[in-house]
Amino acid sequence: MTRELLKGNYAVVKGAILAGCRLYFGYPITPASEIAEAASNYLPLIGGTFIQAESEVAAINMLYGAVSGGIRAMTASSSPGISLKQEGISYAAGAELPIVVVDVVRGGPGLGNIAPEQSDYNQIVKGGGHGNYKNIVLAPNSAQEMCDLTRDAFDLAFKYRNPTFILTDGFIGQMMEPVSYAEPKMEFPREDWAVYGDRESKRNLISSIYLDPDELEAHNVKLQKKYEHAQEKEVRYENYHLDDAKFVVIAYGIVSRMVRSAIDQLRKEGLKVGMLRPITLFPFPKKEIKEMANHGTAFLVTEMSNGQLLEDVRLAAEFKVPVYFYNRMGGNVPGSEELIEQIKIRYQQS
Amino acid sequence: MIKTEWTKSKAFYDEYFRNPNPDKKSTHYCPGCGHGNVHKFMAEALEDFGVIDQSIIISPVGCSVFAYYYFDTGNIQAAHGRAAAVATGIKRAHPHSIVISYQGDGDLAAIGTAELIHTANRGENITVIFINNAIYGMTGGQMAPTTLLGQKTTTSPRGRDAANEGSPIRVCELLNTLDAPVYLERVSIHDVKSRAKARMAVRKAIKNQIDGKGYSMVEVLSPCPSGWKMDPVDSLKWIEEEMMKVFPLGVLRDRSNEIQPRKIEKHYPTREEIKEQLGLNELKDKLYPQTQQQQYKNPAIKAAGFGGQGILLLGIGLAQAGMMEGYNVSWIPSYGPEMRGGTANCHVHISDKIVGSPVVSYPSILVAMNRPSLEKFEKDVIPGGVIIYDSSLIDVKPSRNDVEIMEIPATKMADELGNTRIANMVILGALVGYTAILNKNTLIDTLPYIITRQRLIEINKKAVENGFDFGANKALKGCPQN
Repeated sequence: MTRELLKGNYAVVKGAILAGCRLYFGYPITPASEIAEAASNYLPLIGGTFIQAESEVAAINMLYGAVSGGIRAMTASSSPGISLKQEGISYAAGAELPIVVVDVVRGGPGLGNIAPEQSDYNQIVKGGGHGNYKNIVLAPNSAQEMCDLTRDAFDLAFKYRNPTFILTDGFIGQMMEPVSYAEPKMEFPREDWAVYGDRESKRNLISSIYLDPDELEAHNVKLQKKYEHAQEKEVRYENYHLDDAKFVVIAYGIVSRMVRSAIDQLRKEGLKVGMLRPITLFPFPKKEIKEMANHGTAFLVTEMSNGQLLEDVRLAAEFKVPVYFYNRMGGNVPGSEELIEQIKIRYQQS
Repeated sequence: MIKTEWTKSKAFYDEYFRNPNPDKKSTHYCPGCGHGNVHKFMAEALEDFGVIDQSIIISPVGCSVFAYYYFDTGNIQAAHGRAAAVATGIKRAHPHSIVISYQGDGDLAAIGTAELIHTANRGENITVIFINNAIYGMTGGQMAPTTLLGQKTTTSPRGRDAANEGSPIRVCELLNTLDAPVYLERVSIHDVKSRAKARMAVRKAIKNQIDGKGYSMVEVLSPCPSGWKMDPVDSLKWIEEEMMKVFPLGVLRDRSNEIQPRKIEKHYPTREEIKEQLGLNELKDKLYPQTQQQQYKNPAIKAAGFGGQGILLLGIGLAQAGMMEGYNVSWIPSYGPEMRGGTANCHVHISDKIVGSPVVSYPSILVAMNRPSLEKFEKDVIPGGVIIYDSSLIDVKPSRNDVEIMEIPATKMADELGNTRIANMVILGALVGYTAILNKNTLIDTLPYIITRQRLIEINKKAVENGFDFGANKALKGCPQN
């Protein structure tokens, strides 16, 4: 297998191009700028287009326009930039456009800092913009997954005609790891909803307006059905020593890597600890968590935010078992040593 | 050929089936509104030029949000102010299409000002039709960026006051300062003569796009009797007597005849081309042998020093070589508070197991290239680990007595090779020579991947080799423990 040592941010762009992405609209922001830089380098070489937009707002709306044409295109940014894009994301959700957006999360609120956090969980997983919508959200934890999940994001976006996110952070974006590549995708079916600028597609309308409340309600019901379908079909998670686990840690993204190391150590000491790592944050592995809770398994949620993931775990566990919590914020990444300590304390309590 | 006004253009639907109003033949616009006229000019032009099928109209937010009720073309509805950005996106996706961004004054000149200016400045090959009626019509007559001084609106009830609200914006004049636009004209539709001119302007702005000439914008002074609270006749008079004083009609720029059309040929790359351009073909299948000894197996390495010493590259070299030997590897950078002059450090794992945490809090091998780094991280090294430090820059000795310590005058050795900046490569070689976590050949073959400037590879190779020999020699003799 041929592998390339690559930063996560670059892996995103290579994954996107292999998935058929040909247009990128971006605005510089640390720590996501390398995605725009790589896109500006590679896309023109393969007949694609890179535009540095005048703002995050313009970038997301350029994406809205391009994807209206039924083609694969993307943007990326970091937390404050994503906040700016939220209106456009809501429009894309309403118009059912398969946009792909990468959020390389940094510390907040406000200008915060450029160190990694997971504090955009709510603004990405719960919608973020106005209206009753959800994004499909994939959370990589390695450079390889930055590549692979970006590729999958395009397929999911088009399958569901829905905004799809890669939710990652400055740590994974900057980390270099070996990446191996799938073959480029070459064939893309014509989308019957898109506007191609030709006779066959000219009756198509890309819009999110439904003036009549009954019509808008019906549209919303249709969207909710779509989300339910995704909930049923698209849940992905990593099972790490869950089968005999008496105690389960739930973590996603970079934190799951530290948890993995912690569990390896604790297993050596004889503690039956496992990890459930959600790979899709929406749809969330609710059923799996509920089943474990039904068996009395206690959880420790660990995240680099203020209990945003915790809320979803508590809801999924339906308050049947203790759900402990350990978090870091401000750009601090929990080390596996401190996690070992936290897990031990909770393991003994449960 | 220009059609007579009473023949409905084929660019309009026969029946406005999307309009919820039971009357599918009339528009939703108020009596005396200017949108109908301008829609007609556009529709006629699209039909006359034979481009109805490839046309895509971007509806803004405002009364013309429902332009898609009428145009039998592709239609995209945009968020408030974003029509120009949306137009950019679809035009770039389908360059053969004819894209018209249709916007009012609030949309284009207030909330969408950034998109307006930058779309024009990029010279997007689109047509912008700008309806200037000096008011926010749809939301009920609030002040617009083009509202005249003294004009009363629902949000300037005592009349627009320059001291509080600023003066009306002249969009054509603003865009005329930019290099890229090809055609900028302000027209009116207050009488038969002005309407004829407006029709010609709209035609030209569309024709320019068809011919690939670039950005064209037509600003239309347009009546809004409802918003102005005037009857339609007075509204036309008001345009002539009041608006035209502030917004003089005329061609501000017309380079249509000078511009060489831009031909955009879409390129569809082959599978091989994509792999070639992404550099995937350069990845070698060759796998180098693994020869790690038990003692230093699966090292967790931290390298630290000043920013600018090449610490990060040293780490990348280790990770790259580790990967080439088939190990799982990870590399992360970590900076001190300052990028330069502070400490720069990186963490590297080279392991035959899956790498969990890429962070190295407790290194089995520490490389210190300056004194603060040695002092800061020495205590974290695991017992039995290795500390490698640049003795030409660090004037203290490590105090640990439960680890192996290799001092190497790396900077001095680099200077002897003629380049201080390759001290990092001397240390890289020495680390590998001493611990044998990787093979020398692998390390040498790594260099073309990590050194971007071809001409520097030779001297870096020399540095690695000298370092390696130094390290291997120390390993043979054994390093003194404190």
